[in-house]
Amino acid sequence: MASLDDLKKRITSVKSTQKITKAMKMVAAAKLKRAQDSAEKGRPYSEKMNNIILNLSSGISDKETAPKLLSGSGKEQVHLCVVMTSDRGLCGGFNANIIKKAKSYFAKLNKEGKELKIITVGSKGNDQLKRVYGNKIIENISFKNSKNANYFDAEKVGKIIIEKFQKEEFDICTIFYNQFKNVITQIPQAQQIIPLNTKSDDQNNSEDNYEFEPDEDEILSNLLPKNISTQVFKAMLENSASEQGARMSAMDNATRNAGEMVDKLTIEYNRSRQAAITKELIEIISGAESL
Amino acid sequence: MSDEFKIEIVNPEKSFLSKEDVNEVVVPAFEGEMGILKDHISIISFLKPGIVTIQAKSGEEKYYVEDGIIEFKNNTLSILTSYILNLKDIEKNKFQELLKNAEEESNKPEISDQLKYLADQKVETLKSIN
Repeated sequence: MASLDDLKKRITSVKSTQKITKAMKMVAAAKLKRAQDSAEKGRPYSEKMNNIILNLSSGISDKETAPKLLSGSGKEQVHLCVVMTSDRGLCGGFNANIIKKAKSYFAKLNKEGKELKIITVGSKGNDQLKRVYGNKIIENISFKNSKNANYFDAEKVGKIIIEKFQKEEFDICTIFYNQFKNVITQIPQAQQIIPLNTKSDDQNNSEDNYEFEPDEDEILSNLLPKNISTQVFKAMLENSASEQGARMSAMDNATRNAGEMVDKLTIEYNRSRQAAITKELIEIISGAESL
Repeated sequence: MSDEFKIEIVNPEKSFLSKEDVNEVVVPAFEGEMGILKDHISIISFLKPGIVTIQAKSGEEKYYVEDGIIEFKNNTLSILTSYILNLKDIEKNKFQELLKNAEEESNKPEISDQLKYLADQKVETLKSIN
């Protein structure tokens, strides 16, 4: 059995760990509020963008001449996967969930004999993927220095994707991120952004007769690259809210576990203290009796 | 008066501006300046760098935009832009910085025609504000 001193030391160390996790939880809670706010504020932009594109694409009659970002390159051979994770750890299953989702997708592609290319955003994803898929990772982007998700970062990622598409380095692009549902639930998502999935909504079949200036094709070819950046930005916002949510609940659990541990250790400490006292008493009494 | 309509300006970070009492908006559309009044036909167009002027009951406001898409429908004008500044708020330094960036961009040798045109527009607009 551990000595009294050892137990005392362990209790102190667990207590100080608890203090750290508690502080992290509170920081995460404060950041979560902000991240959620900005995710909500960012929503109108991506929604409007989506609506306009749906309106435009339904106006295009000839799919042949449609911009390639919309219709795809006509092949499905090379897949680009953009895996978006966080730059920091200690956030529960946040990164692991995205990686798991991505890996199962990679395995599916492998089975089908498709070629795979990976861009990782955030260093945690890169760390985990480079062991198995190291040779497939063509780029690693990390925004360690920016405090919050901002549009300029998203635009950078968007530009890289578009550039690679124009060089015909891939045919289909999918982004992986965690969608924020609530503090304890984050749903890993795989969203295809190239070619764009326009069939999802049928509510846009309204008879809006828009006038286009210049014509649809030109607006679309201007708009689609922006949409890529917008989608990436949306993913970033969702991700940062999810990250803080996951961290908050992970740290909450850690604090609770530490509390339980302190309780257990304290009981053990008291018990062995008392045992020592009893032992001493017995020794004194039996010593006195023998006289 | 009933010749007022609604305007919404959103950028990726937030809803930038929303007004209900707008009489006229002039936007720098890609093919030239375009004035929009109430009951304009539904239109989608995109912007080049320039000044958006909003004539509202509460006064006139001017904004500098670098790009954007506009949609007008049911007397609501939506402007989506990634970079917008209220002219009132621009400080001298910020302004010089923007101008410098734009000039640098337009002087890059390998730039495509369209980008060059956009950068030149930026320079021109910024100079005209100054």
